[in-house]
Amino acid sequence: MKHRLQFAGKKLLRMITLLLGVSLVTFLLMAASPLDPLQTNVGQAALGSMRPEQIARLEAYWGVDTPPVQRYLGWLSGFVRGDLGTSLLYRQPVTQVIAQRLSSSLWLMAVAWVFSGVLGMALGVLAGACQDRLPDRLIRGWCLLVSSTPAFWLALLLMMIFSVWLGVLPIGLSVPIGTETAAVTLIDRLRHAALPALTLSVTGSAGIALHTREKLVEVLECDYILFARARGESAKSILLRHGLRNVALPGITLQFASISEIFGGSVLVEQVFSYPGLGQAAVTAGLGSDLPLLLGITVISAAIVFGGNLAADLLYGAVDPKIRRGAART
Amino acid sequence: MEPILEINGLSLSFTQYERGTRRRSLPVIRDLSLSIAPGEVAAVVGASGSGKSLLAHSILGLLPYNSHLEGEIRFLGQPLTPQRTKKLRGREIVLVPQGVTYLDPLMKVGPQIRGGDRTEQARQRSRRALERYGLGTETENLYPFELSGGMARRVLIASAVTTDPKLVIADEPTPGLDARAAGRVLGHFREIAEGGAGVLLITHDLELALTIASRVTVFYAGETVEEARAADFTQDRLRHPYTRALWHAMPQNSFTPIPGTQPYPGAVTEGCLFAPRCPSSQPECQRAPVPYRPLRGGRVRCLHPEGGEVP
Amino acid sequence: MTPRLNQRQRALALLIGAAILLMLIAIAGLCLNQAALITDFSRKNLPPSLEMPFGTDWMGRDMLARTLTGLSLSIRIGLLTAGISAVVATILGGAAAMDRRLDAALSWCIDLVMGIPHILLVILISIACGRGAAGVTAGVALSHWTSLARLIRGEILQLRQAPYILAAQKLGISKARIIQVHMLSHLLPQLLTGLVLLFPHAILHEASVTFLGFGLSPEQPAIGVILSESMRYLTTGKWWLALFPGGALVAVVALFAQMGQYLRALLDPASVHG
Repeated sequence: MKHRLQFAGKKLLRMITLLLGVSLVTFLLMAASPLDPLQTNVGQAALGSMRPEQIARLEAYWGVDTPPVQRYLGWLSGFVRGDLGTSLLYRQPVTQVIAQRLSSSLWLMAVAWVFSGVLGMALGVLAGACQDRLPDRLIRGWCLLVSSTPAFWLALLLMMIFSVWLGVLPIGLSVPIGTETAAVTLIDRLRHAALPALTLSVTGSAGIALHTREKLVEVLECDYILFARARGESAKSILLRHGLRNVALPGITLQFASISEIFGGSVLVEQVFSYPGLGQAAVTAGLGSDLPLLLGITVISAAIVFGGNLAADLLYGAVDPKIRRGAART
Repeated sequence: MEPILEINGLSLSFTQYERGTRRRSLPVIRDLSLSIAPGEVAAVVGASGSGKSLLAHSILGLLPYNSHLEGEIRFLGQPLTPQRTKKLRGREIVLVPQGVTYLDPLMKVGPQIRGGDRTEQARQRSRRALERYGLGTETENLYPFELSGGMARRVLIASAVTTDPKLVIADEPTPGLDARAAGRVLGHFREIAEGGAGVLLITHDLELALTIASRVTVFYAGETVEEARAADFTQDRLRHPYTRALWHAMPQNSFTPIPGTQPYPGAVTEGCLFAPRCPSSQPECQRAPVPYRPLRGGRVRCLHPEGGEVP
Repeated sequence: MTPRLNQRQRALALLIGAAILLMLIAIAGLCLNQAALITDFSRKNLPPSLEMPFGTDWMGRDMLARTLTGLSLSIRIGLLTAGISAVVATILGGAAAMDRRLDAALSWCIDLVMGIPHILLVILISIACGRGAAGVTAGVALSHWTSLARLIRGEILQLRQAPYILAAQKLGISKARIIQVHMLSHLLPQLLTGLVLLFPHAILHEASVTFLGFGLSPEQPAIGVILSESMRYLTTGKWWLALFPGGALVAVVALFAQMGQYLRALLDPASVHG
């Protein structure tokens, strides 16, 4: 047990240094940008007609006049206290914007995460079990096609089919326009999240399917599979008893590693469906040079990704008998 | 008595790619013949890379899909068709593999031995088999990585004999064991044979093979070169120069190494494969395939066998 | 009847075919650069026809010419960024394999880069470079090296322990010669395959980031720009503006991915598939 706690502690420590690194890198990249936030947000013409003190006030608001080191340290000291600053575009605390956006994105991402995992695993196992036969070829072809398809184009395609052509699903937003928050039903939410979730699930499943297939093929070539066959176990029993068991472990890592990809996909998909989630906020913040917001979103998303990796490591340790029993003995 | 296993003229080849786009057929076993009677331990001895393990896989029908098998394998007088093999393996024909990598690392020993059979009967059978080799019930709850080398070997044997098989194929069952442990393992095979089953022992170790086998078939570069009784070795009645050289290479004999190396499977020539290393090779040895012929109660693949011409 | 080709010969033929096709698209796009910008309001909003296979947009621009130009741009940026990524990966992976402290530092860096969702990282780097072609090129090039660097590091470490390399060292063969003869001959195929497999990702990310508005400028007929513009006309039924350019992009990316697979099959000496 002590061993495991040490392991978890080490991972946690590394995660913290990595998060610090992410915030620093993000800050440096934003600070290095030649794009002038005043010009992007206020406009050249408007700036020209302003009095110098007005411009100075704007510069102070956008933080242009503060030296970068001081700005970063200021942000960091706030971050430690749980204050991520104020979004310059939304004029709200960053934590508040993120909390609001994350709650609608989390829905979408969780559904897509589960569906892409289940779909990917199922397709991968089926393909691996039928190696080089027709189902395998079809699934591999499908995965090649899907992984070559940009998520935003798939989103456009689905929108054309279901919203424009068939007219069965709404075009965008997480709730109908003009509806009071209280009046939003679960059905409404589902209808609006259906297409974004479908897009994300389909794009996410291809990679998982291909990796699962490769793993299963590798497992099926192992000595212990040969011996299981020699013992007279049927192909079905071998797949279910030995194949799935041995694919499950790398599957855990794979599934948690896909969080980052799902998040990346959500940035694109939310933009297409104008779904008011975290991804869309990231794009808005990026286009509007809203440094505190983009910094906050990057750090939070990195924290989610690292948290996923940590969860995978811990879960792996709980499932793998070598780690579980090996640690119990020492 | 009718032999349990009879193999006649077995040849095995693989389709393989060289670097680039050229495809070729790679022969790994050529014209192999052997037979095993009930209650007999027959050994197949050959250096590593001579295609021994593939012999075991051929009998069990476990070859990869890019392989091509010719010849005849008979089990209890009937030809072994793929359907029949499927029914028999794990029941009447069993394999004892080389080592712990042949056990699923994520499955406990007990369920693994039972192969998915959850009946009480299966449970009892597996417990009895483990007990027979001095392994307690607690072994069933261990994962393969928790077994010591000797324990793993006994588990593998136990998993093979739970079903009272008629033919046990042991593929290199002793590497990594010290002499005493290896002796014990071989003793187990002797017992199995005494119970009426045939045991095919595949090994690179002639010395070990001679301690329990009554007959030894010698393998060289995928070809059987001689079939001899165990007594032929000690009584200097060996037929093939390679067998003789193997015997003399053993430490307790003259410890004379054989010059040269075994040819690679791809580089196989028309005539006698051993001719380039043979002390008594003649020009005609390398010209045409040499037939496998009976001689003095055994068989030999040599134009000029030791101790006299073929009648 | 022509003799049946075996699987490897087929792979080689398809590999060459795909490469030629992609090259032709790249060249065709370059030649059509001017045609893609011609506006002609007498032929605006035309659905696909024999004369205009991809239709025209609201300014009467030929969508086929625009698509080909966009693909050409994508392929060229893809080649450039994947090339830079491969060089960065080789240098960093090689350096990590040589020194333990460098190795730890690189491993930390890789974890960091992989921790930021990929598209966010590309956006951030693009912003740092002031967006535009330079921004998106830098963004894609500097974010794709991680997995290849890890692969190369692992390969070198494994190779250094390989019996035949150790034997060569014992035989007194010079370090330079070992690297040249034994290591490079093993690493080059891996590197080449890795490079080709980077193209699809690079092209997709370039298009995505451009689509979001952080990449190529709206005046350029890039696929991302074309699709982003098409969004405004989708609800009015101008489906061809999104369908054909996007489909063509998928085809190009799939071709690159397939090329990577063929290459891997050809260069892998262990593949025995009959």
